Amino acid sequence: MENIKTNIVVPTMAEMVAEGKMPEILFWVGCAGSFDERAQRITRDICKILNYVGISFAVLGTEENCTGDPAKRAGNEFLFQMQAMTNIQVLDAYNIKKIVTGCPHCFNTIKNEYPDLGGNYEVIHHTQLIQQLIDEGKLKAEGGESFVGKKITYHDPCYLGRGNGIYEAPRKALEILDAELVEMKRCKINGLCCGAGGAQMFKEPEKGNKDINIERMVDIKETKAHVVAAACPFCMTMLSDGIKLENKQQEIEVLDIAEIMVKAKGL
Amino acid sequence: MIAQILFVIILMAALYLFTKNTGRIRRNIMLGLPVNRNDQPTLRWQIMAKIALGQSKMTKRPVAALLHFIVYAGFIIINMEVLEIIIDGVVGTHRVFAKLSPGFYNFLIGSFEVLAMLVLVACVIFLIRRNVLQLKRFSGIEMKQWPKSDANYILAIEILLMAAFLTMNAADAKLQLLNYSHYIQAGAFPISQFFSSWLPSSPHILELIERGCWWFHIIGILAFLNYLPFSKHFHILMAFPNTYYSNLLAKGRFTNMASVTNEVKAMVDPTFVPEANTLTRFGAKDATDLTWKNLMEAYTCTECGRCTSVCPANITGKLLSPRKIMMDTRDRITEIGNNLERNGADFNDGKSLLDYYISREEIWACTSCNACTEACPVNINPLEIIIELRRYAVMEEAQAPASLNNMLANIENNGAPWKYSNADRLNWAK
Repeated sequence: MENIKTNIVVPTMAEMVAEGKMPEILFWVGCAGSFDERAQRITRDICKILNYVGISFAVLGTEENCTGDPAKRAGNEFLFQMQAMTNIQVLDAYNIKKIVTGCPHCFNTIKNEYPDLGGNYEVIHHTQLIQQLIDEGKLKAEGGESFVGKKITYHDPCYLGRGNGIYEAPRKALEILDAELVEMKRCKINGLCCGAGGAQMFKEPEKGNKDINIERMVDIKETKAHVVAAACPFCMTMLSDGIKLENKQQEIEVLDIAEIMVKAKGL
Repeated sequence: MIAQILFVIILMAALYLFTKNTGRIRRNIMLGLPVNRNDQPTLRWQIMAKIALGQSKMTKRPVAALLHFIVYAGFIIINMEVLEIIIDGVVGTHRVFAKLSPGFYNFLIGSFEVLAMLVLVACVIFLIRRNVLQLKRFSGIEMKQWPKSDANYILAIEILLMAAFLTMNAADAKLQLLNYSHYIQAGAFPISQFFSSWLPSSPHILELIERGCWWFHIIGILAFLNYLPFSKHFHILMAFPNTYYSNLLAKGRFTNMASVTNEVKAMVDPTFVPEANTLTRFGAKDATDLTWKNLMEAYTCTECGRCTSVCPANITGKLLSPRKIMMDTRDRITEIGNNLERNGADFNDGKSLLDYYISREEIWACTSCNACTEACPVNINPLEIIIELRRYAVMEEAQAPASLNNMLANIENNGAPWKYSNADRLNWAK
């Protein structure tokens, strides 16, 4: 569908098939990207990038279902496998081969856990797609907002970093900004979790002396960064909440790598 | 002659006991469920060489890495001396290797001495780090009583063994200068020469000191060998098989439960005939519901606390400590093994790993961030145990925290963890 307000074109698989077309890649939006207002903005920005570089893509729309990640982390393997098998049926029915996800949790689950249940796809995270586009010269940090003089720090999502060893792709987008990229004390393999993984996103934390996202604020403040770059909708929520709780909204902004690219390119 | 017989008896007894007790640990490990970790042997050997032999993951903390490397290298190299001691003890010779190549022997003994001194100093620093500086990593609810003493005993024993080795050499060197009895000119003593002046000059007393230290050193080593199966120090052996059998897949990937796949397939497709299923339980309630690899890891853990020190839950004051997960698993499977010996296979002590050792509060505090598995210098995975315990709590008991039950119900009903209608899934594009 083409949207005047958001200025993006988002075809669904059903529409594509009806027109007898096959997209190059399926964009797996994820539940946060679909329903969470903050994450929806990231989803739209990923679409803007896809539209701009002219990659033919589609989303599943209402045919998409939770990957089952939070169910699996919470120990409900039944529910996880039910979700996975339903999704695999849909993906295979459309003969999907390549998937880009907007969420490290969906990425990890489809990439690593669906093969055991018969779902085999080439899966990349949107930061990897952005890296590829930069490497191919299709995406440049010019024409939009300038990040010169700004300090940016990147928060590694656990399921992208330690979970799958992806540390460089997200940083690639930040390196071309001419901003000052500062690493937190705990970064890359030593990165500190935002506190949302393992189904924690959906429950109150256990009794302790502070919340994990507040602990992460120490690292963030230490870098004196103006922008915290994120690559996961759960991290986005936790880090934004942390910044709000410490009343730092005026000084520190949390932006997804896709949002930063869209700003830099002026899309 | 009597000394030789006595030596052989002590040696045999020590080896017998050690074999027996490691055999019990092996049996305990084999109480675990099967899991295949025999694929890709070349890669596995490489991982073992890099991580266990090469200690690559220790380098993250340079001070500890250096001190640990000294003790490790010292342990391996000085053990060549043990070979000589054993031959001397059995055959009744004195410094038997000296005859092979006097020049090389001097070099060997010289290096042993330097290493022994370094090990001694490193162990003293380790003791200071634990007891005087009280590094946070070495404290915690699980580090009271035995685990705390165990660490200090190991260091004290190593200091005593090294001191005995150096004193023995000092006495020997002095006897060599006196041309006394069978004390031939053999070895270089770059360290112990400084202690020689502290020793008495009477050759008889010197011989008594030399022999005393010789016996103390070798009996001490054999006793220490037999201490290993009861101690966290067992890691010096277990680190090798444990890294060999490492998980080779992405850390983010959780194991697939084939037993569940069977049932889910049968639900989706009525014509599906499930494979024969011998599994009695989903997830883990007790240590015997874990895989042999989980149990091997429990016996490999040396309680260094690197996992706990990077755990986001533990850092923020939650009860969860990944190190405690491993120690509890080891203590429980040891208890099960002991029960098996004393009371037979059908005995049930009414206890379990979950609740009696590991609480619900601990397992639900985990963010599954893999910081613990990354931090472990020998590739131990506490996360896998936590998830198995969660699986039991959720699938066998339906005992998830209430908010998680809401999330699970949402997924089941709406296909999303939040209460949104799936019909609204594409609203972001409108």
